Amino acid sequence: MIETAVHEALDEVMDPELDEPITTLGFVRSVVLDGDVLTVHLRLPTAFCSPNFAYLMASDAKDALRGLAEHVVVVLDDHHDSDVINRGIAADSGFVGTYGEEASRDLEELRLTFRRKAHAAAMERAVRDMPLDRLRTLRLRDLPATKASEALRRRRSALGFDAAPDALVLVDDTGVPLPPGDLPLRLRFARSVGISIEGNAHFCRGLLRTRYAMEGTA
Amino acid sequence: MYSKDGENYFIVDAHIALWDARPENQRNIHGKQFIDCFYDYHRNLSPEEEVWSYEEYLYQGGERLMKDLFDDGYVDHAIFQPAHLGAFYHNGFGQTEEAFALASKHPDKLTYNHCWDPRREQQGLDELKRDAERFGLKGVKLYTAEWFGDSRGWRLDDPWSYRYLETAQDLGIRNIHIHKGPTIRPLDRDAFDVADVDHAATDFPELNFVIEHCGLPRLEDFCWIATQEPNVHAGLAVAMPFIHTRPRYFAQIVGELLYWLNEDRIQFSSDYALWTPRWLVERFVDFQIPADMTEYAPLTVAQKKKILGLNAARMYDIPVPEGLDVAPVAQEAVSVA
Repeated sequence: MIETAVHEALDEVMDPELDEPITTLGFVRSVVLDGDVLTVHLRLPTAFCSPNFAYLMASDAKDALRGLAEHVVVVLDDHHDSDVINRGIAADSGFVGTYGEEASRDLEELRLTFRRKAHAAAMERAVRDMPLDRLRTLRLRDLPATKASEALRRRRSALGFDAAPDALVLVDDTGVPLPPGDLPLRLRFARSVGISIEGNAHFCRGLLRTRYAMEGTA
Repeated sequence: MYSKDGENYFIVDAHIALWDARPENQRNIHGKQFIDCFYDYHRNLSPEEEVWSYEEYLYQGGERLMKDLFDDGYVDHAIFQPAHLGAFYHNGFGQTEEAFALASKHPDKLTYNHCWDPRREQQGLDELKRDAERFGLKGVKLYTAEWFGDSRGWRLDDPWSYRYLETAQDLGIRNIHIHKGPTIRPLDRDAFDVADVDHAATDFPELNFVIEHCGLPRLEDFCWIATQEPNVHAGLAVAMPFIHTRPRYFAQIVGELLYWLNEDRIQFSSDYALWTPRWLVERFVDFQIPADMTEYAPLTVAQKKKILGLNAARMYDIPVPEGLDVAPVAQEAVSVA
């Protein structure tokens, strides 16, 4: 079934701000294979979602789908920049090619910023119930096998951080172990990051439901 | 004023609009998309009995505004924070003349803040000087995602933006409300990043910077800079209605703001006409941090009074009736040095 293959591929495409796959967020509107043309429509919670993130998701979706059909068409629906983004994605123009003078560079730095946020939030979640004096020497192998620690490992790997069992868990945005004195404040801030991401994800889900009340999920 | 359980609350709605999004004022599809986005916010976050028809939502007019805020909404004073959106609406989204006329008719109830766009450079700067005098400006509302020519955003620390802030300071305009949106120039940056406000707040210590919707969707970045800059404040526009749909999230927002800032730097608003103040005021007075969320202290009556009106009243020199005021606390900010 092409739908299953498409969904599996798109499960790997994240909304960088919300740190969740576009599939579970309900952003995949429809999947149609017609001959050798695979067409996937995407939708977002508002017409005014940031165009850079919208572009990133559409472009990542197309990359993830390459190989599933001879021709892959990804279409972003109902967005204020749909025309520009869809033209750019169709022509594989890249972000700078798509936006010309409005863009100064590609979106890797933006992506990195949000991977770092996602990592900080996951790190705090994974150690939330542990006493502070244990955290200073806590290593990856010490983490219990929970969803939270699994999520942390994935986010570390997305950033290329040390994945060895004896790697320290509490690291900064670049993977360098945090000085013990910084831990309380850093973890407190990481908790705020998590609240922010979760809150946004919930709001976006709700808005998507409101906006597309009459539609199901693809 | 709102009274409950023997306590009296002086209410300042620090962010309201008198907008016109009717089809005849829409310049293009974006005018419709913009108000549709607002209407989805409204439908999604309002209690069922507070949801307006789409028709009502497009335009309210002064009479309806006065009723919703002052007759029904317990509001003592409200502050217009207009968004121009000239690229989307023929006569702009915020209705300058209508709002200013209303404020002139009810100076005890309404304050008119205006807006500027630093990309209009010298011409806009000259206009600002005239506007400051005509409107008697104490504050301005700035929307950094405004579209202007081929630019779809600007930063508060752009060179021309600094010239406007310098001029505002000279003109006695002290309160700068900032609203971030989805676009910025260059477009590869995070449009909601508030680092530019950090720079401006450092360089203009005499100005107050009120970040609307308390930095959402970047609550954490906002808190981080507000902790370090005593002249940065949180506006609760858009955050308030979560009190209904997601009270635990609302508790987190308020808890975070109280932790990183303090109770003197948070301002209530309904964001009228996105929502109406009556139910928000009632619910906020009744609101308490859930008992199991032990990471936050319970909200006190004094904190609620400050947030609902006293903080904005102090910022805008709005007289507070005797007996209703509460003294500010000199609370230590979190040290992140």
